[in-house]
Amino acid sequence: MTVYGDLIGQDRAIGVLRRAASAAAEAVAGGRGAGMTHAWLFTGPPGSGRSTAAKAFAAALLCPEQGCGHCDACHQVEVGSHPDVTFVRPEGLSYGVRQTRELVLKAAGAPTLGRWRVVLFEDADRVTEQAANALLKAIEEPPPRTVWLLCAPSADDMIITIRSRCRVVTLGTPSTEAVANVLATRDGVPHDVALDAARAAQGDVGRARRLALDEETRRRRAEVLSIPRSLTGVAECITAAERLVKTSTEDADAATTALNEVETAELRRVYGEGSTGKGLNKGLVRGGAGALKELETMQKSRATRIKRDSLDLALLELMAFYRDVLAMQFGASVELANEDRRHEVETVARASTPEDTLRRTEAIMKCRERLAANVHPQIAVEAMTLALRSSGVVHRG
Amino acid sequence: MPGRTRRAPGVPPPGRRGMLRAMANAAPVTLVVGDEEFLADRAVRAVVAAVRAEDPGAEVHDLQGGKVEPGELTGLTSPSLFGDRSIIVIRAAQDLPKDVVAEVVKYTARPADEAVLVLAHPGGVKGKALVDGVKKAGADVVTVAKPTKAGERLDFIKAEVRREGRTISPAAAQALLDAVGSDLRELSAACGQLAFDTQGKNIDEAAVAKYYRGRAEVSGFTIADLAVEGRLGEALEQVRWALATGVAPVLIVSALAGGLRSLAKVGGAPRNLRGGQLASHVGMPPWKIDRVKRQLGGWGPEGISAALQAVAVADEQVKGGGADPGYALEKAIHTIVASRTAR
Repeated sequence: MTVYGDLIGQDRAIGVLRRAASAAAEAVAGGRGAGMTHAWLFTGPPGSGRSTAAKAFAAALLCPEQGCGHCDACHQVEVGSHPDVTFVRPEGLSYGVRQTRELVLKAAGAPTLGRWRVVLFEDADRVTEQAANALLKAIEEPPPRTVWLLCAPSADDMIITIRSRCRVVTLGTPSTEAVANVLATRDGVPHDVALDAARAAQGDVGRARRLALDEETRRRRAEVLSIPRSLTGVAECITAAERLVKTSTEDADAATTALNEVETAELRRVYGEGSTGKGLNKGLVRGGAGALKELETMQKSRATRIKRDSLDLALLELMAFYRDVLAMQFGASVELANEDRRHEVETVARASTPEDTLRRTEAIMKCRERLAANVHPQIAVEAMTLALRSSGVVHRG
Repeated sequence: MPGRTRRAPGVPPPGRRGMLRAMANAAPVTLVVGDEEFLADRAVRAVVAAVRAEDPGAEVHDLQGGKVEPGELTGLTSPSLFGDRSIIVIRAAQDLPKDVVAEVVKYTARPADEAVLVLAHPGGVKGKALVDGVKKAGADVVTVAKPTKAGERLDFIKAEVRREGRTISPAAAQALLDAVGSDLRELSAACGQLAFDTQGKNIDEAAVAKYYRGRAEVSGFTIADLAVEGRLGEALEQVRWALATGVAPVLIVSALAGGLRSLAKVGGAPRNLRGGQLASHVGMPPWKIDRVKRQLGGWGPEGISAALQAVAVADEQVKGGGADPGYALEKAIHTIVASRTAR
């Protein structure tokens, strides 16, 4: 299996990458290398495999056989230990200019193993404006053997000056069939379960896999989808909102608590806590308190992001539900994301008009916007659940 | 070191050697711990005054922790040629350099006869070595605690008035607290002024109302209560006052949301729940439920829903989505009051 094996339903993109990889090999051998370029932007909907594609391409560039999938280089890229590949995953709310400048400096070095120096930047849309401009300088005038691989949901997420200097690789949404096939063949999921999971995940392979294999993920989804039914009164709306926000906070806690402790302990150790010897072990050395504070800020930002991502996932789930309702109300012959809940979709579709449904989807989108604009999650989600319930006039912001 | 040394005003020092230590009832070293600046300052002044009472000519050296140099303390505490007593006050003692801390601790163990040292430390971790050191070396420790609850502030007012040899009725104390705010320095000044201006033993509400009226501090909760109760004019007045006195708009928005949320919860709770059951169902203390129940009159589900939507809009605008937080808040309050009767 080559390095492209994890990409599902992306034949066109794979073709582009293969050609570029062989051109790159030509350039390494001293040829012209036409068809290779120094900056790439991988775009596509969540779960379509942006970073998988970028990683595969990185392996193909560094592998002497352009991505055989079983040599040392391919394995090292796969597990993230290759010395010439720098992985960047913004964990906080945004990626700042200071970090970017450090990254640019790192990217300027020559490759250690002689082929390429690759910077794989996941979620490049999280860079701040200043950081994007710092990045631009590096992308504009790159060292001869440095390759930038940026990943973003869509090309519009990057500032235009960066976009215009990158070659864009667009990944499509894989079909339900393709996703279900992967689940069935690779993870041994029964076909009908795989199909349900693939539909519910709407092309997001990772999510489909979690839905098919993880009981907790399924339970969570069921809980979110029970919200439309539960909104019978104002008090219920408040409670539902409270629960959603609480769950997302718990998610963030679960994901970060253990990690935070390890990081903090490690940093304390670096600054001299617990060290032995003459004149040592007198608490943190100079600069320790500041570094700890910085770490705390980073951890907080990461927790907020996980919390937002978790809420956003729930909102998209709701969005898909009302999209199905709308499809049914219009009699559109599209595949329902919630085929497994067809009965509920029907009930809601009969009880409301398409106008209601559109108003509701608008409320969900508004809530996402507000969350991104830093509105208190509880307030934003409450406004949404209330709008989902009410059938009368709606106040718009 | 001009500027840092202050010569005590008053009568020239008469020579009185021999009556020094025997008469001093101030401890040779006093450590004042606490972050309430006014109270700490008062404690420092009390020590200074105690020394001055015996020796009006005592010299006061008022130093800032960060600027004290090694050896300075030794210089100041060594016996003077003219036999003057000296009082050394070190404020912001948490900023003392490490070697000076060692010097201070060493001095505390063996204080000089003719000097009184007062250290003011705000508490906390910074400069903790000093606190621990001088405590161990036998310094007199005075801890000043900042009153945090309303009840403690009322006690503070009563104590202030008592210092002036007067009394104040509870209602008057409350009125004064409302009018002046919680800054201790201002409260203390107000108490002194009232004691000076009024006749009779007891200071009553009428006296407070005569000199102080209005409200110094408005919390988001007051505004939320007014808005929820439909008192538009008062709510708008208070919101402007709150913004003018520096209450963060975000806090006001979240108080508004909180008020409406309680309405929704209590209003939507099953009718058959009472007392403790209701309290645990909605997650609020019983006294709050009673208040919310009174506020519920005039509210219907659609109204609450519309009002909460308005709050969400306001929160968005306050967080940078709008140009003017004040406008966003006032508009939200208007909408809340208008939604009240909308059912």
